[in-house]
Amino acid sequence: MSDLDMKRRNFLKTSVGAAAVAIAPGMMLFQVANGSSEGVSAKVRWGMLIDTNQCKTGCNDCVTACNKENGLSGETKATDAQWIRKIEIKDISSGREVSLPMMCQHCEHPPCVDVCPTNASMKRADGIVLVDKHRCIGCRYCIMACPYKARSFVHEPLHDQNPDVPRGKGTVESCTLCVHRVDQGLQPACAEACPNKAILFGDLNDPQSEIAKKVRTVASVQVRADLRLNPGVRYQGL
Amino acid sequence: MPDLASLRFKNRMYYVLLAAAGLVALAGLYAVHMMETHGHIISGMNNQIVWGMPHVFAIFLIVAASGVLNVASIGSVFGKAIYKARAPLASLLSIAMLAGGLTVLMLDLGRPDRIIVAATNFNPTSVFAWNVVLYSGMFSLVVVYLWTMMERRMNPWNKAAGLAVFVWRFVLTTGTGLIFAFLTARQAYGSALLPPMFIVLSFAWGLAVFHVVQANIYAWNEKALDPDILRRKKNLLGVFVVGSLYMVATYHFTNLYFAHQSGFEHFILRDGGIYPALFWWGYVVLGNLLPLLLIYVPGLGKSKCVMLASMLVIAGAFALLYVFIIGGQAYPLSIFPGYQASSSFADGQIGSYQPSMYEVMLGLGGLAIAFIITTVSVRVLNFMPQDKPYISD
Amino acid sequence: MKMILFILLLAVSPVWAADAVAPKIDIGRGGECVKDPQWMRKNHMHLLKHQRDETLRKGARDDKVSLKGCIECHASTSDDSVTARADSFCVACHHYEAVKIDCFECHSGKRKSAWLQQRNAK
Repeated sequence: MSDLDMKRRNFLKTSVGAAAVAIAPGMMLFQVANGSSEGVSAKVRWGMLIDTNQCKTGCNDCVTACNKENGLSGETKATDAQWIRKIEIKDISSGREVSLPMMCQHCEHPPCVDVCPTNASMKRADGIVLVDKHRCIGCRYCIMACPYKARSFVHEPLHDQNPDVPRGKGTVESCTLCVHRVDQGLQPACAEACPNKAILFGDLNDPQSEIAKKVRTVASVQVRADLRLNPGVRYQGL
Repeated sequence: MPDLASLRFKNRMYYVLLAAAGLVALAGLYAVHMMETHGHIISGMNNQIVWGMPHVFAIFLIVAASGVLNVASIGSVFGKAIYKARAPLASLLSIAMLAGGLTVLMLDLGRPDRIIVAATNFNPTSVFAWNVVLYSGMFSLVVVYLWTMMERRMNPWNKAAGLAVFVWRFVLTTGTGLIFAFLTARQAYGSALLPPMFIVLSFAWGLAVFHVVQANIYAWNEKALDPDILRRKKNLLGVFVVGSLYMVATYHFTNLYFAHQSGFEHFILRDGGIYPALFWWGYVVLGNLLPLLLIYVPGLGKSKCVMLASMLVIAGAFALLYVFIIGGQAYPLSIFPGYQASSSFADGQIGSYQPSMYEVMLGLGGLAIAFIITTVSVRVLNFMPQDKPYISD
Repeated sequence: MKMILFILLLAVSPVWAADAVAPKIDIGRGGECVKDPQWMRKNHMHLLKHQRDETLRKGARDDKVSLKGCIECHASTSDDSVTARADSFCVACHHYEAVKIDCFECHSGKRKSAWLQQRNAK
């Protein structure tokens, strides 16, 4: 190869390279958006069916599993975050007692999303309600609006978070339905941890899924159904 | 003619006052810095009471900022001369209090460094987002309104600007009320009565603030307010106080009427410890009955009485807001109506709240900002009401 | 052939190599997977910002340009972190350029594999 050829070649290479660098950001973004991962589909609606008959008073396994998975301290001071909690309820008129886990109900019409001034509270196409902490300014209006008291505000600086579960001071957070696990095809940590399999997780929109079949056949209710928020979490035996 | 010595003394006084207010504002900033570094853990707020003392201060300032414009509107929109002479001062107070209130609200955020996100990502369904527009719009409208009053060439636009401000502040206070009115799941809020209630409250609180400031300005300048003007303004304050008491009573009566709300009403009006005490003694007695006596009892109603009545109305406002905002959150959310609930997350329990020093410092910082804006403006520009000899109109 | 090598060398060697006060950076395992270093130096924030919205709001996960993906390679081989020390990958440069990083207020600066190992050991 002659020296001249070599030079010309290099010149061409450099110019093409420069052009590529110039348009690369745009190309790159295009590639990513249409790349291997398409994003989640609205054909799916993740939900849970919780069988309160199987849920035992005093058992806290789902809470412990959630805390471990998401890196919560597990403390229960008024300023500590709790994504899932066990509630003991007692019917005032009949005296019947029920124990159940309560967390973000992943509403179809979430009030937290309605009230969020910056669109930080958001619902993914597959029905999972999340806080976009890149946008959350920490106004706590969503905590005021949530009928299930599902949200917590991070009152202290945090360290050593789970790489899959970013959390930080000054923002609001709640149950993510273990979105990082669901996206890998796993179940939420609480559902997996329940010793009595009281928490059934699945796609409510898929008629063949176990959860859809069960929702069709057994009586289940949504909490505060009167508010017409259509939560994705349903309770059996309430 | 005041002598030179007293003028010198006043001058010094002015700077001392300004420095004092500056220190209070600085203390507020220090509180913000502390909350930024340590997080809201050092405030008294928690996951049950998410809005605390800063919000009491901020909402008072914002509501009063809207209400004080009533004085201006009566002048500009309804053409009453004695109010028109006071429109510039009222507008100034409105801007000052709005600035103070918004500063507190913004600096209490979990991530105040990101406030710009509120402008770049706008959620049209959020009342908060509407309020961002309403507050900034109000700010600019009042500035324009002031301009039409203080610049002679702009005078022809005064009426139009006055009307715009008049409409805007109704919408603004409605927006403030809607923040709570749309919280349907909470027992304390979620009532269509709240926006009108806030509007009437704003009339009383705004006028009370105006009275206090006006009395101080007159005293500072060693002038006496025309007794006729004082009489009319105090009667107006009386009407507004009665009106706001009526609205608050209606709000509680409607709640008492709905069976599912009676638990909350019993808590707020009877069993809730600090909250009923603040409501009855702070708001009803100190904030309403006593001022009404001071205004209407024959023989009272002099300049000092009106001043005292106004200050009591302001104190009552803080008592009411504390009960409304903090008491309203302290009452447990009814997730399972008809059931008793208990959990590690305070379900079915009364939320506890101890306001911390930092919150109060931040709130007072907001008041100080409003004070500084007012004092400096009153000194450098002519906001002194210029009354013609009083003619009844 | 020599020429190509020379250009290649020039391309991969940091432009600030001659700068005496330049930061000493622990690049971890390093390597080039998205774009060349110079391009990445200039544009990594755009990629990260774009990808964060794609991942969080749309659920489109792409390990190659995710923050976790970056950390996986660039975390120090000695302490598994991009933020732990003054010469850690992110910190060193951001400190040098005086640009505040907001990522690690919430995100972990640790290599995920190492973090999981540590947690499961507990």
